[in-house]
Amino acid sequence: MPPRDSVRVRTETRMAADGKVHGGGSGGPASRRPGGPVRAVTAFARTIWRHLTSMRTALILLFLLALASLPGALLPQWDLNTSKTAQYIADHPTLGPLLDRLGFFGVFASPWYSAIYLLLFISLVGCLTPRTFEFIGQWRAKPVSTPRNLARLPHHATVTVDEPPDAAAERIRRALRHKGFGGWRVAVRPERDGVVTVSAERGYLREVGNLVFHFSVLGLLIAVAVGSLFGFAGSVIVTSGGGFCSATPIAYDNFRPGRLVDGTDMAPFCVTVNGFHADYNDDGMAKSFLADVQIQSGAALGSDRWQRTELQVNNPLRIAGQRLYLLGHGYSPTFTVRYPDGQVRDYDAPFQPQDSMFTSQGVIKITDPPGYTGSAVRQHQLAIVGIFAPSGVLNGGVLTSGFPDLLAPAVAVEVYRGDLGMEGGRSQSVFAIDTDQVSLGLLKSQGRANLTPGESMTLSDGTVITFTGAKPWVSLQTSYDPAQGWALVFAILLVAGLLTSLTIKRRRVWYRIRPAASGAGSPGSEPGARPAGGDRTLSPGSADAVRTGAGSVVEIGGLARTDQAGYGAEFSALVAIAGSQDAQAADGRAAGASSADPAEAVAVTMPDGGPDKAKGE
Amino acid sequence: MSVAIQENLSQLSDLAVEGAMAGYLVALVCHAVESATRRAPREPATAAGTLTAAAASSGAAGGVGVLTRPAYGPGAPVAGGSRRVPMGERFGRAAVAVTLVGFACHVLALVARGFAAHRPPWGNMYEFTLMITGAAVAAWLVVLWRTRARAMGVYVMMPITVLVFLAGTVLYTQAAPLLPVLNSYWLVIHVAAVSLTSGVLMLSGVASAVYLVRDRRERRVAAGLIDPDETPTRLPSLDKLDRIAYRSAIAAFPFYTFAIIAGALWAEVSWGSYWSWDPKETVALVTWIIYAGYLHARATAGWRGRPAAWISVVGLASIIFNLFFVNMVISGLHSYAGLN
Ligand code: HEM
Repeated sequence: MPPRDSVRVRTETRMAADGKVHGGGSGGPASRRPGGPVRAVTAFARTIWRHLTSMRTALILLFLLALASLPGALLPQWDLNTSKTAQYIADHPTLGPLLDRLGFFGVFASPWYSAIYLLLFISLVGCLTPRTFEFIGQWRAKPVSTPRNLARLPHHATVTVDEPPDAAAERIRRALRHKGFGGWRVAVRPERDGVVTVSAERGYLREVGNLVFHFSVLGLLIAVAVGSLFGFAGSVIVTSGGGFCSATPIAYDNFRPGRLVDGTDMAPFCVTVNGFHADYNDDGMAKSFLADVQIQSGAALGSDRWQRTELQVNNPLRIAGQRLYLLGHGYSPTFTVRYPDGQVRDYDAPFQPQDSMFTSQGVIKITDPPGYTGSAVRQHQLAIVGIFAPSGVLNGGVLTSGFPDLLAPAVAVEVYRGDLGMEGGRSQSVFAIDTDQVSLGLLKSQGRANLTPGESMTLSDGTVITFTGAKPWVSLQTSYDPAQGWALVFAILLVAGLLTSLTIKRRRVWYRIRPAASGAGSPGSEPGARPAGGDRTLSPGSADAVRTGAGSVVEIGGLARTDQAGYGAEFSALVAIAGSQDAQAADGRAAGASSADPAEAVAVTMPDGGPDKAKGE
Repeated sequence: MSVAIQENLSQLSDLAVEGAMAGYLVALVCHAVESATRRAPREPATAAGTLTAAAASSGAAGGVGVLTRPAYGPGAPVAGGSRRVPMGERFGRAAVAVTLVGFACHVLALVARGFAAHRPPWGNMYEFTLMITGAAVAAWLVVLWRTRARAMGVYVMMPITVLVFLAGTVLYTQAAPLLPVLNSYWLVIHVAAVSLTSGVLMLSGVASAVYLVRDRRERRVAAGLIDPDETPTRLPSLDKLDRIAYRSAIAAFPFYTFAIIAGALWAEVSWGSYWSWDPKETVALVTWIIYAGYLHARATAGWRGRPAAWISVVGLASIIFNLFFVNMVISGLHSYAGLN
């Protein structure tokens, strides 16, 4: 391919702004820009270079983003599962801490992830800005003028008509503009020697869709970033009868603030959980969950005005811009402890469900037993550790639950006395004791027992521990994301843009209408790079026209700027509107041949399997 | 609905799955026989001439008319004359017929299952895999109908058959209602959209894989390592494979996008946040980005053809990875263990 051509081809690429190289229109727009061809070419070359580099950059950044996301799926993440992550690091003593320092357990908050995110953002802006202006220019401009050599286009045909060129052009223009023919934009231009051309283009909306799509990606990136900077989420387990107020992060068992949230100006609300109800099938499969709650927020805070409502799975309450979710539930067994000095206290603590029947595990930690002061307290702390079953079944001495509902509660507990090790500053699981304290001998077992409600066990010092039953607990989560509405808007626009962009096809068609008498030599008189192609367009059709000497010869060229393959049938229709059926002499063979030639010349298509077609079909 | 009817429907569904398995397996074998016969119908000189003309006129009708229904439609193979249909051809046709039967069973299995369980039939991995493979077969049938790409049937039916077998054996689960956490409007839409589009994307990936196979062959032919006359190939042309991959990718991609968004909407009402970086949604996003990359690559000079095909194959790998590895090995919120 001569270098001159390749410049033109790229010009076409830029015009299309879709990076697809369809070209081959000799006398393409490059030579028509004001400011001289040289300057135009260098200017274009610059833009093209920028365009191509950024397209390539975008591609590479996309892959980097995909690659960088993977460890977030493959490795445990602090945000999702703290204990699993800690376990992983413990299991991999050399690699674990290193990965941790590099941010592999918090991928989506890591600097490198943010960097890719930001670069992609910049690349998008850099790509979209010029394209938007370019598109506005295209939108205003008339369809590109007719290339000199239509025979070089992927689709090509010649027909004869018995009207003068002007009349034919007008007829074609009207046919193209006719509603239902696909929204063509048409420009009719006269050329020398009574030749008239009609250029038409359609599918501008594709570019609109593409731009809308990319701008929505941009918007979505912003919305996600805003959410992660200014949003927060906090979760808390509340036993039925209890409640919490969302005024500070301390109210939550677990609080995950956005990076610019310090927890000072959270719109507060208060929740009390009055009860929890679950419905089960006979086989223990849950049918519904429902928490009976009361809420106050805004002006009502601190008053005794509460709003009663229900909280369900998959149906968050939306309060003061925040959302309150019911995420899970379980049981808190209740115990009454009578101390040797006669004091009686009630305790409960949430146990963690272990299976679908709610066999639960946990501990009640009594850190401040009455009757002791000073360092004596630390020697007399109590822990009731064990298993709770809402419908207890003993299997070979092991307590499990046979049904998730509270039908026959039972516990199997072991009681420890000593130092729970809570003051060491190390955080402890709320569902387990620190076993190190046991192995250090600081925490000693006082015996074990299987209890049903009302039953009790007595420790050596006379302490009596009575199992009294269980209350349900619910795990609640508060979420706040100031940008999530925007995220939804952009997501919808994104899909709409994508659908538009991927379904609308960009097409161009040109008609060159010559008075029949002058028709013979023209296409060949300006031989392109491939005179053979030009020759071939001299079909029987035009020869007939020369002989009759009346009417016009219409040469038609078509270029699909997207979706080459689909253009064929449409192009036939475009040929049909040029000439009535009987006058038509669409040069099938030549068009067929030329459809392969320029395609190859401008690298539109893959290496064609021509011979294969013959064999396979 | 009485328990008995439910039982029967459930059994019918299981039976239909076996029917689908059998159909696909037989189709796979037929395709294999077809490819093994290898010989592209050998044409005498005159017939070759006819064929060239046919190819040319198809060009007239459709440029490089793939996926349109151009002139070389059903009649074309007759170009070889009215002689008896060659064996490979007969096996090829049989494969398509059996695939159709298998697909009918497949659809029946899903419908019966839905009625038996009283819910849309995509609530667990077994059903989900059936949905994906069903969509892949449907997409394949569309491709067969619109192009003459049957020769790649082995490559298409192989993964489908394997997956349906896996579903019917390893993943099989009794029909049962859903946990409440899974019982949501958006979930139904989300999972349906994910599975159907994954199936279509899977076909796209297979077409790209075949593209790479064919491309390798072309390069070996060019290097003189293979004599194309001695070992002809029946595989569709590179161009056609590229178009099949691209068309199915762009048909599925917007809906895959929608599926992810529907998932986010579901998460917003169910998990406490529209995006939680749960492993499954992360890998879904990665898959999405890979396909965005594929579409970009096809529009970027120097990335068309082989590189783009590789990207599409990586996209396929990512879908499979998400379906199996993430579900079975990595557990997250998607492990369906949320509440009970
Ligand atoms: C997060 C970043 C991006 C994503 C997810 C993305 C995604 C996509 C997708 C899915 C398409 C195909 C749909 C369509 O044609 O409308 C596409 C096309 C396109 N993108 Fe992007 N893109 C991103 C960034 C960029 C950037 C930075 C550029 C600038 C170079 C760019 C330029 C284009 C162009 C020119 C097309 C049209 C290709 C064609 O005609 O087939 N994109 N993009």
